[in-house]
Amino acid sequence: MTFAPGDAVRVSTRPHDGHHRTPAYLKGRVGTIHRLHGGFRNPETRAYAGDGLPEQQLYLVRFGLDDGDCVLADVFEHWLERAT
Amino acid sequence: MSHDHDHAHEPVTTVPEPPAAARVRALEELLVEKGVLRRDDIHRRIDWLVSRSPADGAKLVARSWVDDEFRRRLLADAREAALEVGLDPGPSPVVVALENTESVHHMVVCTLCSCYPKALLGPPPEWYKSLPYRSRAVSDPRGVLREFGVDLEDDVEVRVVDSTADIRYLVVPRRPDGTESMSEHELAALVTRDSMIGVAVPNARA
Repeated sequence: MTFAPGDAVRVSTRPHDGHHRTPAYLKGRVGTIHRLHGGFRNPETRAYAGDGLPEQQLYLVRFGLDDGDCVLADVFEHWLERAT
Repeated sequence: MSHDHDHAHEPVTTVPEPPAAARVRALEELLVEKGVLRRDDIHRRIDWLVSRSPADGAKLVARSWVDDEFRRRLLADAREAALEVGLDPGPSPVVVALENTESVHHMVVCTLCSCYPKALLGPPPEWYKSLPYRSRAVSDPRGVLREFGVDLEDDVEVRVVDSTADIRYLVVPRRPDGTESMSEHELAALVTRDSMIGVAVPNARA
């Protein structure tokens, strides 16, 4: 896996047609890796009768809100870029 | 009762079937016809799903309140812990339990659709699937919590967990004060569905 807990990541803004599980409100946002869930089949091909392989690493990523609160969301590795 | 009377009965179904229901029916027919699924499997799965209820999740939470070792196992691997108490959420989707503490409060949403730990809580409530909850939970969580009657101190960190992929989240609420003498069974009755979604906190009943 590419990222470790604490790493800063940005959610990709690349266009994508069709089913995917990366919510629009997080695209372009910078967060930090909170937890690694492990490998899961890719919903972007599974949704179209594909086998979803190869598996993609799935991370729980922390995005800050005001006042120290946060959103934790599951994002697949191929939607994450390293942020500095 | 006899039907030898002169008035006409309205047909039982006068409301047209919603498009989604027609689509689901067509899909089911196709899947059965093509041998992908058997009708029995579909009915068994539906029966299993509607037989699940918040009482299942409550059993896990209550056990975690009286047994620290169990709580550690629940937080580390919710399925293994569930199997210990005779519940099997299955291998997929993966269930992850998140603990609410004095300083951290989790609440769960699925902004993309309505992902929910059905295997441990049963079907989700209507509001969980509604656009207002799904959009506001991630933009104004404290406002949403206040509307549910939960007013958290400023120094409690709110973590809104958006279940966007293969994980289903179960919140383990805090054990209420004043419940020291209660049995595990009595404690389970205090654990509400909403407290395991993280939009309520369990209360000790007098």
